[in-house]
Formats: sequence, C-alpha cells, structure tokens
Amino acid sequence: MTALGKLFRTTTFKLTLVYLSVFALFAAFLLGYFALNTRRLITEQITDTVNAEITGLSEQYRQGGISRLITVVDARARRPGSSLYLVTTFNGDALAGNVGSLSPGVLDSPGWSETKYKRLEETDTTGHDALVRVFQLPGGFRLLVGRDLDERERLYHIIVSAGRWSIAIVLVLGVIGGVFVTRRVLRRVDAMTETTQTIMAGNLTGRLPVAGTGDELDRLALNLNEMLERIEALMAGLQEVSDNIAHDLKTPLTRLRNRAEEALRSATDESDYRAALEQTLDESDSLIRTFNALLMIARAESGHARDGMAEFDAAEIARDIGELYEPVAEEKGISLKIEAAAPAPVRGNRELVSQALANLVDNAIKYGGPERANGAPAQIVVRAINDGERILLSVGDSGTGIPEAERPRVVERFVRLEQSRSQPGSGLGLSLVAAVARLHGGELKLEDNAPGLRSVIALPRGGPVHSPG
Amino acid sequence: MASFADMNGHRASGYSAEAQPDRTEMRLLVIEDDRDAADYLVKAFREVGHVADQANDGEEGLVMALDGDYDVLVVDRMLPKRDGLAVIGTLREKGKHTPALILSALGQVDDRVKGLRAGGDDYLSKPYSFSELLARAEVLARRGGSRGEETVYRVADLTLDRLSHMVMRGKEEILLQPREFRLLEYLMKHAGQVVTRTMLLENVWDYHFDPQTNVIDVHISRLRSKIDKGFSQPLLHTVRGAGYMIRDGAR
Repeated sequence: MTALGKLFRTTTFKLTLVYLSVFALFAAFLLGYFALNTRRLITEQITDTVNAEITGLSEQYRQGGISRLITVVDARARRPGSSLYLVTTFNGDALAGNVGSLSPGVLDSPGWSETKYKRLEETDTTGHDALVRVFQLPGGFRLLVGRDLDERERLYHIIVSAGRWSIAIVLVLGVIGGVFVTRRVLRRVDAMTETTQTIMAGNLTGRLPVAGTGDELDRLALNLNEMLERIEALMAGLQEVSDNIAHDLKTPLTRLRNRAEEALRSATDESDYRAALEQTLDESDSLIRTFNALLMIARAESGHARDGMAEFDAAEIARDIGELYEPVAEEKGISLKIEAAAPAPVRGNRELVSQALANLVDNAIKYGGPERANGAPAQIVVRAINDGERILLSVGDSGTGIPEAERPRVVERFVRLEQSRSQPGSGLGLSLVAAVARLHGGELKLEDNAPGLRSVIALPRGGPVHSPG
Repeated sequence: MASFADMNGHRASGYSAEAQPDRTEMRLLVIEDDRDAADYLVKAFREVGHVADQANDGEEGLVMALDGDYDVLVVDRMLPKRDGLAVIGTLREKGKHTPALILSALGQVDDRVKGLRAGGDDYLSKPYSFSELLARAEVLARRGGSRGEETVYRVADLTLDRLSHMVMRGKEEILLQPREFRLLEYLMKHAGQVVTRTMLLENVWDYHFDPQTNVIDVHISRLRSKIDKGFSQPLLHTVRGAGYMIRDGAR
C-alpha cells in the first residue's frame, strides 16, 4: 500500500473530504444567492430611478412641449453620472441626450430593455451595457432614459469572484488540513499497529504509545495497555506454572523411573517386585496430588472459579475444618481450639475457602507442634472473625513460627523452608491459600503469634469487586 | 502384563483377606473410548467376580445401555460421537435410570456439578485407583436396595436408630458426636460394602478436596474405639488399599 493510498483510505481523510464538500456546496449556494439578490436589488433601484425620471420628463413635455423637454434633457445629460438620456424624432434622429449609439431596434420597442450603447463623446468600439426604458411621446417623439449597468456588473463580479476564491481557498486549506490531521492520526495509529505487531511477535512487555492529550486515541491506548498488562501477568503466571510443573513433577518422575529401573535390574523375588510396585503407586499418587494442587491454583488465579460463588458462613467452615482436623491434632499432642461462634457470612467459593483453611490447619499441625518452649502443650486456634467489612479466618499455632524476612517467600510456589524438608508435602499449600484469597479479592497474611505463626485469610464480605476492563 | 489379581497378590479379589465384602455379582457397562483403559477395567471387574461389557463410543454405549440390563454404567466424560453427559442425559430422557458413574479427566468442582446435574450419580476424576472405582460402583449398584428408607440400621449386635440418634452395641448405649454419628450412619448404610476415604469425605463432610493428611483414618480409629473396643468381635474393618467396611465378621 502506498503512503498516499493509505492516507486516502483513512476514515479521518474520508470524513474531512465529506465535510469539506458539504461546506463548499453550502458556501457556493450562499454566495450565489447573495450575488443574485444584490443584482436584483440594483436592477430594482435602477428601474425605480428611471421610472421617476421618465415621469418627471414627460411632465416637462406636457407643460413646455418638445423644446422644453430638449432643454431639460440637455441639461441633465451634461451632468456627470451614469444616467443616459436620448430624445429622438419619430424616425430616430437624435434631438438631445448623451447617447451616441444604441443596439439596433431598441428605440422601436417601447418599454424596458437591456442594450449596448456608446456615449456621444466616446470613440472606442466596445459599448457598455445599460438598462433603458423607451417612452413614446405624443407627436412621434421618443424619450429614452437609462442607466449604465457597469456598476451592477462590477459588484456582481466582485461577489462572484470573491466567492470563487474563497471556495477555492477553503478547498485547498481543507484538503491540506485534512491531510495534516489524517497524517497525525495515521502516525499514531501506525505506531500502535507497529507496537501490536511486536507484541504479537512475542514481546509482551511492549505498550502502546500514549500522547498524553487524553483524547480518544489515548483512552483506547490506555485501555489496551491495561489489557496487555493483564495478559502479560497471565502469561507470566502460565510460564511460572509450567516452570514449576517441570521442576516439581520431573523430580518425583525421575525418582519413580529410577525405582522401576532398579527393581527391574536388581529385584530377585516377588516381594522385591511388590515393594517396588507399591512404591511406584505411592509416588504416582503424590504426583497426582501435586498436579491437582497446581491445577487448582491455576484455576483460582485465572478467576474462573468466580462463577461458582455464593453466600456462605465462614464461621461454619472454621468449625467444620477445625472438627475435621481436631483428632489428627490430638493424636500429635496438639490441642485444637475453635473460636467461631458468631456467624461470619461471606460471598465466595465454599469449597475453595474450605480447602484453603484446611491447608492452613494442616500446616499448623505439621509445623506448629509438638511442644512449646516452656513445656506447655502445643495449641492451635482456628478463628473466624467478622470485623464488619471483612471476614478473617485465622489459624494460629504455637510452634517455631516463620522469621519475618522469610514470610513473603513461603507463599511462593514450591517454597519449603529448610526445617520442613523432612515433612511430606508439595510446597503448594500456602500458594493455594494465597491464590484463593486473591480470587475472593482478599489476601493471605502471615503474622507473629508470639510464639508461633498466625496465618490469616482476609476476605471482603461482599466477595471480589469486579474491576472494570 | 500382569493381571490385576497378580498385581494385588495377597489382596485377593482386590481386597484384604480378613474382611471380604458381601459381593453379589454386578453387571457393568464400561463406556470408554480408550481401549486399553476399557480392557483393563473389564478385566479388573471380572477378576473380582462381576460381569462387564465395554462400548468404545457414545453411540454404541447408548444403544447397549438402553438394551442391556446393567446394574451400573461407567461412563467416560469425553467420548467420540456422543459425549458422556449426553449419553446419560438421553438415557434419563428415555426413562432409563441405571446408576451412572462419570469418569472425567477434568476433575474440577464445577465439572463435577455439571456431571451430576446431567443425570450422573457419582463422579470420579482421572486418574483413579481401581479400588476406588470398584467401591463406588458397588455402592451405586446397591443403591436401588432398601437401606436408604430403613430407620434402624443393624450390623450384628450394633444398632443405629436414625430417628432417635441412639447407637447401641449389645445392651450398651454408645455416645457419639454428631459427626461420628453421621460417619457410622454412612458406614452402616453401606454395611458389607467397602467405602473409601474420599467417599467418606464427600458424603459425611461434603468436601471434594484432598485433605493431604490422614484425617479420615483418625476419625475412623476414634469411632472404632467407641464401637469395637471391649467387644470380642470387631465390626469396623480396614480394607487394605481401599478403605473401610462395617460388617458382621461372623457371617
């Protein structure tokens, strides 16, 4: 596509052209109307003057006869001006006046006519235009009174040519302006197109240029940039997930494969094979668990699970989950207390919130035990609090806690602190909790329980606020 | 390839020797387009004494399910020609109410809800263990039985009154927490059948996620200490590699 062709094809340019032609047509109509009316007005004035003069002259004729008329006409003809006078005999011989020659036949037709004429003193060959009235006097005399039309024509031409020029200038300026505006818009659109192309080519960090004028293109660019931001975050999440899948699934897969290989190589009797197979089953079960947790996180992070949100009582969840884990805690010598008497209604996904809380309790049991420093039995408190705006589901333990510096890190996927490596687990528990909290427009906070760790899921009561765009 | 029985070895018929479920022969239809998976399932069902047929696409499955007299249908969610949910939907429209268990690779909560809404009776996400599938299929096949309407469940000298919430072992009343009562109620409703940990979690606690820790085992051992402790004959049995079962061991 040539640059010019591209220019002509733009919406801005087409719009400019349409507006320009409409405006030019209107201007031409207006000027034409003005010119014609001016001309008509001048003609009317001439007619009136000529009529008045003829009335006056014929009055003179009636009072003083032809000689008086000739005297008066002579006197008037000598005055400077554009008036024309002529008195002739019945056969056309001039008796008085300032007209030298006329178009033939004018004198023979009484009434109004436009004609070419020459004044008496004029010698050049071209005549002038005049509007004349011929009046028959008794006795065969004819009286002609007229006005030169040059003035009228000049005015008319001035208006017409002014009109032509202004339309021409409007057209030229309009086209130039159109091209200018179009090129400006086109440049910005081209810049946007270019950016989108680099983005499509894989550079997700690209952003559309914003001129800062706050116009509609800027608004569009800002919105698109926001969209790109979201896409980039999603893509980064996806990238992270696949990296993590690669990392966390390949390790146990390798282990699984090695075991199978080793069994094939060195197992001697049936019980060896059985042991190897049972290990393989266990290993694959834990793989499936990790895989499910990953899918769950991805789903929570994609915001897809918002469809299944409904009102539920978080206090009931705290009681249920607390009750579900209480025997396990007790078995490990930990006392589990539930403080969730008051209802805590919240909008969200009951299953996901339950799982998040279960993960926190599970963590507290695994890492929060078994005994406090002063020898008192370990304790876990599961709490549901309604603070008016938010619902806080918290799990506090009395274990060693997590140093403040490490707290943000443990929420990341697969992060397991050194001291927890011996415990089974995927390292995905807290990231799932954080993802669930974010899905609900809330957050996961890790606080010092002095001693121990308190994990708090804070959820806005009304569920996630859908951000526009 | 080792047979299913070989793989389980001492778990004869898929379960441990000490507690055998009351197994009446079931007729199953496996509708699954992956032939290897279908062959495996048919073979495994046969090895535990059931009769299983297979269909490899939705159309074939629908025709066989309509004509055949099956106790349970095992239906894959994604099938060629007609997808699993559509097969179940059509069956239900035609008045065929054979219990159907949906197998799905999707396994998300809303997928499960969709499956049950389409007329499925149970849902299992892939990959699954055969013992889980078997336990669920057996429960589904027995569902038509009368147990659900009984007000008093009895296993040997253990009775559970669903109306008065009274549990007796012999002449002794056993006091249970509300959740323990529901746990025992579910176990006794399916007395003689294996119930898995996930079935308990789903039906007693209404959770569909994996709690990671052996929470169910601890609840079971608490319940066991209440109903079996001090009695010569244990009723609540652990079925290795599968789950739990309440049954009168003397039979």
